[in-house]
Order: sequence, then structure tokens, then C-alpha cells
Amino acid sequence: MAEAHPVGFQWVMEAKRRGAKIIHVDPRFTRTSAMADAFVPLRAGSDVAFLGGLINHVLSGEHYFRDYVVNYTNAPMIVGEEFVDTEDLDGLFSGFAEGGYDTTSWHYEGSRVNASAGERDRWDELFGEQGPEHPSGRETPTGGPERAGSGGPVYRGIPETDPTLNHPRCVFQILKRHFARYTPEFVEQACGVEPGRFREVAEALVANSGPERTSAFAYAVGWTHHTLGVQYIRAASILQLLLGNIGRPGGGILALRGHASIQGSTDIPTLFDLLPGYIPMPQAHRNLNLDTFVAADSAAKGYWGNMRSYLVSLLKAWWGEHATADNDFCFDRLPRLTGDHGNFRTVMDQIDGKVRGYFVIGENPAVGTANSHQQRMGLANLDWLVVRDLNMIETATFWKDGPEVENGETRPEDIGTEVFFLPAAAHTEKDGTFTNTQRMLQWHHKAVEPEHDQRSDLWFYYHLGMRIRSKLRERQGERTAEQRERDRQLLELTWDYPTEGEIVEPDAAAVLREINGTDAADTALTAYTQLRSDGSTRCGCWIYCGVYAEEVNQAARRKPGAEQSWTALEWGWAWPANRRIIYNRASADPEGNPWSARKAYVWWDPEQGCWTGHDVPDFDAGKPPDHEPDPEASGPEALRGSEPFVMQSDGRAWLYAPTGLLDGPLPAHYEPQESPLSNAFYGVQRNPARQVYPRPENPYHPSGTETGSAVFPYVFTTFRLTEHHTAGGMSRWLPHLSELAPAMFVELSPELAAERQLRHLGWATVITARAAIEARVLITQRMMPLRVGGTTLHQIGIPWHWGPNGLTTGDAANELLGVALDPNVHIMETKAGTCDVRPGRRPHGADLRRLIDDYRSRAGITERTGVDPVEGTPHPRSDADGHGEGRANDE
Amino acid sequence: MSPDTGNRLSGPLPDPSQEAGYPPEHPQRSGFFTDTSVCIGCKACEVACKEWNLLPEDGLNLTGMSYDNTGDLGADTWRHVAFVEQRIDPSTRSRVDIGMPGMGAPEPAPQQEAGDATEVRWLMSSDVCKHCTHAACLDVCPTGALFRSEHGTVVVQDDVCNGCGYCVPACPYGVIDMRPDTGGASKCTLCQDRLGEGMTPACAKACPTESIQYGPLDELRERAEQRVEQLHEQGVTEARLYGHDPRDGVGGDGAFFLLLDDPEVYGLPPDPVVTTRDLPAMAKYAAAAAGAVAATIAGCFLGGGR
Amino acid sequence: MIADTLDRVAVAARPEGQSVSRLHRLARARSIARERADGGEQRMREWLRWPVIRQLTGADSLGRGHAARSERTDSERARTSEADSVVGSICPYCAVGCAQRIYVRDGAVSQIEGDPDSPVSRGRLCPKGAASRSLVTSPSRQARVRYRRPHGTDWEDLDLDTALDMIAERVIRTRDETWESSTEDGTRLNRTTGIASLGGATLDNEENYLMKKLYTALGAIQIENQARI
Repeated sequence: MAEAHPVGFQWVMEAKRRGAKIIHVDPRFTRTSAMADAFVPLRAGSDVAFLGGLINHVLSGEHYFRDYVVNYTNAPMIVGEEFVDTEDLDGLFSGFAEGGYDTTSWHYEGSRVNASAGERDRWDELFGEQGPEHPSGRETPTGGPERAGSGGPVYRGIPETDPTLNHPRCVFQILKRHFARYTPEFVEQACGVEPGRFREVAEALVANSGPERTSAFAYAVGWTHHTLGVQYIRAASILQLLLGNIGRPGGGILALRGHASIQGSTDIPTLFDLLPGYIPMPQAHRNLNLDTFVAADSAAKGYWGNMRSYLVSLLKAWWGEHATADNDFCFDRLPRLTGDHGNFRTVMDQIDGKVRGYFVIGENPAVGTANSHQQRMGLANLDWLVVRDLNMIETATFWKDGPEVENGETRPEDIGTEVFFLPAAAHTEKDGTFTNTQRMLQWHHKAVEPEHDQRSDLWFYYHLGMRIRSKLRERQGERTAEQRERDRQLLELTWDYPTEGEIVEPDAAAVLREINGTDAADTALTAYTQLRSDGSTRCGCWIYCGVYAEEVNQAARRKPGAEQSWTALEWGWAWPANRRIIYNRASADPEGNPWSARKAYVWWDPEQGCWTGHDVPDFDAGKPPDHEPDPEASGPEALRGSEPFVMQSDGRAWLYAPTGLLDGPLPAHYEPQESPLSNAFYGVQRNPARQVYPRPENPYHPSGTETGSAVFPYVFTTFRLTEHHTAGGMSRWLPHLSELAPAMFVELSPELAAERQLRHLGWATVITARAAIEARVLITQRMMPLRVGGTTLHQIGIPWHWGPNGLTTGDAANELLGVALDPNVHIMETKAGTCDVRPGRRPHGADLRRLIDDYRSRAGITERTGVDPVEGTPHPRSDADGHGEGRANDE
Repeated sequence: MSPDTGNRLSGPLPDPSQEAGYPPEHPQRSGFFTDTSVCIGCKACEVACKEWNLLPEDGLNLTGMSYDNTGDLGADTWRHVAFVEQRIDPSTRSRVDIGMPGMGAPEPAPQQEAGDATEVRWLMSSDVCKHCTHAACLDVCPTGALFRSEHGTVVVQDDVCNGCGYCVPACPYGVIDMRPDTGGASKCTLCQDRLGEGMTPACAKACPTESIQYGPLDELRERAEQRVEQLHEQGVTEARLYGHDPRDGVGGDGAFFLLLDDPEVYGLPPDPVVTTRDLPAMAKYAAAAAGAVAATIAGCFLGGGR
Repeated sequence: MIADTLDRVAVAARPEGQSVSRLHRLARARSIARERADGGEQRMREWLRWPVIRQLTGADSLGRGHAARSERTDSERARTSEADSVVGSICPYCAVGCAQRIYVRDGAVSQIEGDPDSPVSRGRLCPKGAASRSLVTSPSRQARVRYRRPHGTDWEDLDLDTALDMIAERVIRTRDETWESSTEDGTRLNRTTGIASLGGATLDNEENYLMKKLYTALGAIQIENQARI
């Protein structure tokens, strides 16, 4: 956090000053470690084992926050008899077949679980369209639990519960059994963390949690860039829920996001599977219409029960008066998905000639995305490419001086991609909002005009839309009926934004107002609770409704922090409804009183008859804590006064996910796609539901005991430096940043340097089956060999900021990585891989190819290496386990 | 020689600005207290300084000294963050291996195993011109290009400096240097222009963790003493101040530090002495000699005028 | 003689490794001549500013402080105080969302500072945030459209309006040529998989919104950004 979010880290230092204990768990000793009270080095890719160990410590030692767990989580829910845990299937959950899970056996007893977190598309179950070859509980591999925090899966019926938590099939007991294996000794085997140090962390965490105290977890892509990244976060969620650290001040699991508006671009998604506000993009189905699309949600508890209002208001915002109740509010105009259309899939489709045009806007995949060679192959096989950026980044120049050209694999003359480079305006040259990592929208004002051809992306898309529309309008006479039909959704799109100035810049505030939403009288709405499903309201993103309340740009509020309370509600605007901590009803006990005076945040005021406190209560303000809903109620009205997790379909936080995840209802430790070790916990080596793409340009390494695994004996993890930003597009061109970190390097331990004869400041070549890159060597005691599974394990840290262009140049770390994805969110594993390292610079041209081929052949790599869903060596069971059967790992 | 000349070139001096001719109502003496125990090594100070003072990049060199690729203070680098990697014994908090700070490749630890009794410590410290109470750079400057400001700081004037370079070796800390592009001497001005507007110097303003604190020197010294006490109470017994003492060889620094190890470890001289301390004694002889020369020359004129 | 003494001091204090010749080289002459006004009064004022005079007549008898200050030193002001406008902004790098103040002079960014009012950042910036003046004023920034024709070996110039027109044509053509109205069994698709997009995490919400809206109306679905990568 000190490395990549130094200014945010001031609050950690502030906490430390007031006595907080800071624990840093990381493969590398970083600038954060230097400030921590305790640093725990662990093997990259073993965090679920570590977190599982902590969960086990909390459960087995009875350290959980019982009142919180019983009342606010699904611990008492009873799971159906069909569910079988990894304990009994040696690393698989019940329902595994053909590389994926049928999740029906994970459901609660007495309920029908209705959808996944990401894919609210319960078509099969509701309408029975698909045959038995598609099990009805099967999660579709689109959508994503990234919606967590805003949305949640849906189920119907009231599950059986046991508030004593003793029922053998209640979630709590399942959890206990599942994590019993995660002992400090197992943690040591997987993570290389010795038990004494592990206990120190566990005890500190437990001591600092409960009614009087809270602990917070902060993480970044070190947790998400894994083939089981979602389960990493799930593990942290379970731990924090057991300790009562969610929805309370000083608690939480805080994602430290790395781009100015990466949160905003998820809320208003430039993502394939979502519509604004985490409404799923529709899947292709026969008889799909607005009613059937929202049917799964309409009967649900919680605020997702109003999804129809959110969606209709969005459609009204987009198609205005053309969207009517008679035409399903233009629902049919939304394009339909058929499976995964994520970026990796798309790039492979580019290579295969299926994609012709590509816009790359403020991103640099030619060096910034895993398996960069694959990305450039995609770029080289397009008809046309538009790149918009501040500087002449590698993605714009790949055809001229990319590694393939430099190595003589191809020539510019051979690349047919037509490239448009359009210079972008900087943040100082345009109005607009960024949404920060705390979900807070902050307006930045235009300070100066952009120069020459530099334009905002708002300008570009607005004028591109205008141009396309005017061309189509002119040509309507010559277009076929089918073409005219598909043109209507463009021509009838609401696209009439006011503009200003010589360059005809669209008014960003007008766009924000459209996002906020308006009522039938064209007055700005103040809250999403005002949205209606009858077409009388318009709203571009329901969770942002209120950002333009009272016709005021609330995101532009800059009342000095010193003149406000510590929650500073008058600086910027946080979704939803300007709440700074979501689910903050959980900061009070079921009766509505703060858990402790010390940790008071929001509470029920019986005299006023409303919820009040330091923040905007994340609860129906007038609903008393003892409210019991009408059994027939749905939506928010169906929530009890004591159910704080208002977006969840049962008002509770989920320790166990009966639906919504593709790779298990609970986290289980699997090795990364590429690992020098065998899985110490289960016979199953890797996440069985992970996404792999065996292709010639994307081979995988053997792992563990697989033949050839020793050819890549070292673990590497990619990382960021304070001095640079992402793939370098905003830092490698700046002299004052470049001089601070002026060369691509790798950092490794003195022990590894001795083993491989690497010299400090000398050159090293790092090799995987994808690529060989060169870097300067930084030998440092901060990189520590670990004792894991009886052997010494070396890890190499590789920063990913470099590329061939700019003031400071170097090979890109992303060349090394293969593409293997988390199945829920299609995010790749960059934080744990295997490699070899040798002294000296890398070869060029054909020699480079030969070097990589040599490694591939020595490791015996084929297109099947590492791609089987389930492989590994079954572990002998200890007597205590008593289960010898039911393994499903030998296929 | 006036009796207070000794005071003027070394030893405690409560108010250098007043001594430099500013009226009594001049601003309080300001400076930096750099608390390295909270420095995260982000180098925001280096960049903020260069951005404000419009200093150029001065070399894309990977030094190998941990994450320090700046190397040293210089004419175009007025803030420099040093990085020191150490192995320490957590029970005694003493260094296990004492070497040059972060220089070269560290040796493998002897029989280092996970859970061994050694831990890594990474010290970071943002260095800057010390704005000495007795500033040798200023005292040797023959053109008056260096002067004592009303804030008690030491500032170079580009428009006066003739590039003689005397100040460079005079500095006991090796701070001031000559800019290759202008040929003039150059160093931290403590943002003289910003102070005039009541603004905080750029480095201190940017510092995310308040490692660099700007303020009246008296206040800073008090705060620093408290911080050391607090750290000692927390068991960080190695915390100590550097450059805060008016009785030291430079009469105390206007920019002083809280360190977690010996100054040498950070590349700071352990016992800096103003290089002009002995100047009065020398000057006495010089003055006598000059008097004799003057008399001789006068005699020549007198003799040849007729 | 004094100079000799100073030289001795200088050499004695010279850090190891610095040659005397370097010092001599550094000491190369530097013009200190200042423009002199013609008027006698002006000359007199100049003369009165002469450090020696002030040294002899003022409290700064050693000429180390007040008396040594040049006119320029006395008139120097922070450039932020000369800004035509100060504009509230947010740092464009990571997602902490540090507030900035943009100082503008003569239509150009003259300085970017942290905004102390922000309850998030309290005026502080990291090295990247502190470098954002350089980011936006960098001479390396591209100011003109660049065009590379298929199989071309170099960039060519292209007018912005022409570029926009060409891109619009390509979108329309590609959309027409790759349109998928339905699956083979007649299930509605209403889309194209011929046009993809990557980017958004560095952009404004309003920009992402127009992107998603336009792409969705175009039927393009492979819309992605760094949040996935």
C-alpha cells in the first residue's frame, strides 16, 4: 500500500501513530513492510491457505463474534444433504463434471436458489428451455461476483436455519469441517510461514476484533490476479464476517484500486457482461423479454427486487420517448451475449480473424497485458485500430518497432492493420468525475483548453456518435429494411448533449445529470428509491442516482475536510446515496444500538424513530430494528429490521455461497496454474474450474511433480513501484519519474544470485515457455528464500512498468505470463508463476526463439500441459479423516 | 575583530536572521524536521521539489543502492531519499552485518532460514540542505550570492553568483553544487519564494506521511524531542536526533533529522563542523599581512606621486 | 590573500574525489553585469543597493543577509500567486483520488499542488501526483493525429476531422459486414462481434457512459477495460 497508494497509506500511518498494529503479508519485503510492525513473507499464490488458517484459528478457538455471526451472516442456514465438501472429494466440491460445477447441490435445504451473483439469468429454471445436458444449477461463465458490494444472488423460499449453529449441515458447521484442515502446520507447508509467526498474526487479529475493536484488510491485485482470485476475496470476507469486521468503522476488506476511475469504469461498465449499475447484460435466449429478464429478481428480497425500475429507467435514459411500455422500453435493442466476450477471448478472436476493428482508449495492452505477444498478434491481425493516449505508447507503434519486428519475426510491410493515433486531452483539459477506490465520485474541473488535435474521450465518442448517426441518416434511402431496423437503435438514441467552446466540447455535467436521472418533469432525481418501472423516470446508472440531487453537481462539492465531521459527507459524493461505509446497519446490534460506544457509527434513535449516526444509514431510515415484514412482501419491504445486508436476497452476508460462484461455495487452496509444488491440501492441484486457453502462443508449464516442472524452478510475482504507473504510459515519458526508477530490473535474494551466478547490477534473463526477457539484477535481502514443503523456494520480483518506448525502456514483464483465468471474473493470474533465470542478456532474433523452444522441449511442454481441469497426486488420508472414497481426481 | 565574531562563525546563535541584519520583527526561523521513522521512501519530496523549482532530470542511472537511483544531493537534486537495507536482530535491534548502506550486492545471510532470528530493516530518509546556523557556503561566498534569509535559511541568488565554486567544498555536508547548464551554484532554497507567500515548501507539502515537517524551528525541535521520547517508550531505542543541537559543529541545522541508526549509515557526516570555524584565526594573520601590503602600496604612491 | 585563505579552506574541505581542476572549471566566469539605467537617479539607487554600501550602512555588517539580497531576490514571488486562475481537480493516476489544485497562467498549467482541503489526501501527493504538471505539459505528449495506412512503414499526417470521418466509416462498414441478427435457431442476438474496445479505467465516468451507450446502440459487446486486466 505504501508502494502503490502512498497517499492513502497516510491513514495507515495515522492509525499506527494511534496504536494500531500493522501486519504486512507479501511475497516481497516492500516499502509497506518497512513500516509494518510485523512482516510475514509467504509464497506467492498461497494466500487462501494462509487465510484459511486464520479462519480455522477463529473457528476452532471459538474467537468469532457470535452475535454478529448468528444474526448477520448465513451461518445458521442449513445446506441440503446433497452437498459434499472438498474434505470428502479430495479437493472437489459436489457437482463437478466436464471442467465445471453444477451448483444445485450447494443450495440450502428448503430453498430454491435462483441465480448467480453475476448472472441473474435463471432462464433454464424459470422457463425450462434447455435440456438435461445443461444442469439447471449450472452457473454461466459470464457476469461476475465483482457485483458484490452492490448486488447479490437471489434465491426464493425461506431456508431452514439453526440459530444454535449446531446442526451438522448448517453453514457454520460446514465451515468448521472445511477449514479444520488449515492448521498452522499445513499453512507452513503451503505458504512457508512458520507456525510461530502465523500464530502471532492470528492472535493479533483476534485480539483486535469484537464489539470494542475492528480490524481492516487492505488488498490489491496481489489477491485478485490469480486463477482463484475471487476465492481469495471470499476467504477474506469469511474471516472478516466471523470477526464482525464488516459494515463497521475501522473494518472492511478494502480494495486498493490502481486507476483513477477503475471503480467508475466498473460501475458504469466498459465491461462486456454488465450494464450500468451492475445490471447484467442479457444472454441470448428464445423468448427473452423485459419481463422474463427481470423475473428472477422481481420476487426477491432486498434492493435488487427493484431491478425492473433500474433497468427501465436506464432504457428510458438511452432511448427516451422511443422507449415505451408497448415496446418493452426498447429492451430488444440490447445486444445479447453468448458466453465469454472478455478481453482475452476477444484477442484470441482477433488472432483468429473474427474481430476487425479495435478501439484502445487509455490502455496499453502491447506491454500491459499478460502474454503481451498474444496481444500484439491480435493487434497485427485487425483491419483497423484506433489508439487514444497522451503519449506514443507501444500499442500504437507495435507495427513499427514492436518486439516481433525487432526480432525479425515480421516486418511492418507484412502487417495490414490500419492505425489511427488520436492524441487525448489530459485531466486538466476536461471536466468530469473519477470514482475513487472508496466509491466516491469527485469532479475535476477543466483548467485549460487542450491543444491542437488533443481531445477528451467525451468529445471523441460524442462526435463519433454524431458522425455515424448523420451518415446513417443520410443513407437511409439506400439501406435495406434490415439495416434500417438496426440503424434505429442508433438514430433514436438520446444523443443531444449541449456543447461549448470552439472545439464543440460536450458538457460533461449534462452527461452526469443524465446518469443521475430525472423524473417526468425533467427534474433531477435525488435517490434511486424514486426510480419507477413505468417509464416515468430516466436514469443512466441507478447506483449513481443522487449525484446530481437538487440540480447540484454533488461530486463537485469541496467543503474542506477540516470543517466537517470525520466522515466528511460534504466532500464529493459516494454511491450509493452518499454512504461512506456500505452495510453500515451492521455497525449496530440487532436491537439497533452500537455494538460499543467506541465503535458507534449508525444506530436507531427510538425518539426520532429513525436510523441516524455519523454516516448516511445504509438502511430504510424509518424501519425499526424489530420490524417483521409481511410474509408476502418482496424487495426492500421484505427485509427485517435486523437484516443489514440490504442488497443480498436474505439480508445476510454469506459465509457460504449457495450460488453465484463457478468454482465452489467455499474457498479451497489450489496451487496457481504454474507452481513448483504439489498441492499440500488436496489431490486436486489447480482450481478445477479455472479458464485455460491452450494455444500455440500460450503454452503452460508443468507443475509440482509433473515431468519437466523442474525446468522452471522459481516462483515469480509481478509488482508495481511507487515511481511508475501501470504499463508506464503515464510515467515512462516523464523525466522526474523516469530518473527515480530508470531501468527494468528484477529483484532476488543473495542466495538465488549465488545459485545462478547473478551479479548485482548485471543482466539476467528470465525465461518462461512464452518468452525470455532481460533485466538488470537487484540483489536484495528483502527477497527471502522460503522453506516450503521441506525445500528452499526462491521467488523473483518483477516490476511490470517497462516497455520499448519512452524515456526509460526495457522488456515488459507481461511477455512472461501465460493467460489462465479465474472463472468467475475472467481475470488472469499474474501474481504467481514459474520461471527460470540465468545470467546475461537475452538473445535476439532466431536465437531468442531457439532459447524458448529449448526450454519448452526440455520441460516436455505440449498443448495439453497444465490444461486438464483436475490433475494431481491423490494424498493419503490421515486416519482422523476417515474418508477413503469419493475422490474424483483421476480422470 | 569584534568580540562576537566567534559567535558569527561557530557555536550557538539563537537568531541568525537578526545577526544577518534583519529587524527584530523578522519571521521566526523556519526549517525542516525530517522524521525518518515514518518515511515510506516514496520520493514525492524529490519530485515535488523538482516540479516546483523547475529542476531538470539529472541522470537515468540505476545505482544498485537499493531503490535509491538519485544517489546524492546535487545542483539539480535538492531532495534525496536514501534507502538502507539491513539485517537486524529483532531482540536487540542491532545490525547483524555492518556494511556500506545499501552499496553493492549484499552477501547471503549465514545459514538464513525462515524464522531465523534476523529480520530485514529498510531505512529511508529524505536528505536536504541543512540550512546551517553557521553556513560555510555563505561565509566563503565572495560575491554575496549566498545570503541568510529573513526565515533564517540559506539561499543562493542566481543573478549574483559568478560561479566561483568556493561554496562547493566549503559545505560540510557536500550539499551545494554547480549547475552545469548555468554554471551557478545551486541548492535547496527551502522554497524561499513559497515562504514569502506563507506557503509550505513543496517537499513538506507533498510528503504523504508527514515525514518532512516544516515549521518554526523551535517548535520543530520540541516536537522532535517528544517524538524521540515516544519512540523510546515504544521500544525503538535506536531513535535519535541529528542536527538539532545548537552546540554542534555548525551551530545546529535548520533542517534536522530523526534517525534510526548512526548518521554514517544514511550517508550523513557524524560530526559536521563548519569549515570556516578557524577563519577568524586565519583572518587575523591575513589582516596583519594585508595591512603591511597596504602600507607598502601607499608608500609607493606617496613616493611616486611627485 | 583572503582569497588564498579561502582557497585553503576550500581545498581542505573538498570532498574526496573532486579534483581542483573541476573546481576551476566550475568557477568559469559568469556574467553578472546587470542592465544599468541611464538616469542618474536610477544610477544612484542602484549604487545605494550595492551590497558594500548596505553592508557598511546597515545592521548586516558582514554582508551575509539583508545587505546581500539582490533586487530580483526581493521581488521574487511564488508563481502560484501570479496565477490567473486556480481550478479544483483530482489526480489522474491511482484510485486514492487525491485532490489537486491546478494553477493556470496565460492559458497554460503553471503548477499543480495537492489540495489541503481534501479529507482524502489532505494536500499530499505521491511522486506521480507531484509529477502531474509534467504529465500534462510534457513535450513528449502527442498533439497531432497520426495515421498509419495498412502495410505502411511510417506515420503520416491526418486531419482530425478526416480521421473522425474515416473511423465513422469503418465502424459503419464493419458493423454492416459483421452484423449478427440472430443465431441459427432464430434466437435474437442483435449485435456485432467485429468491433471491440479496451479502456476506461483512466477515463471519466461521463466518458465511460458515452462509450457504453454508443457501443451498446451499435451492438458491440466486446467492451472491456483494465478492471479485468
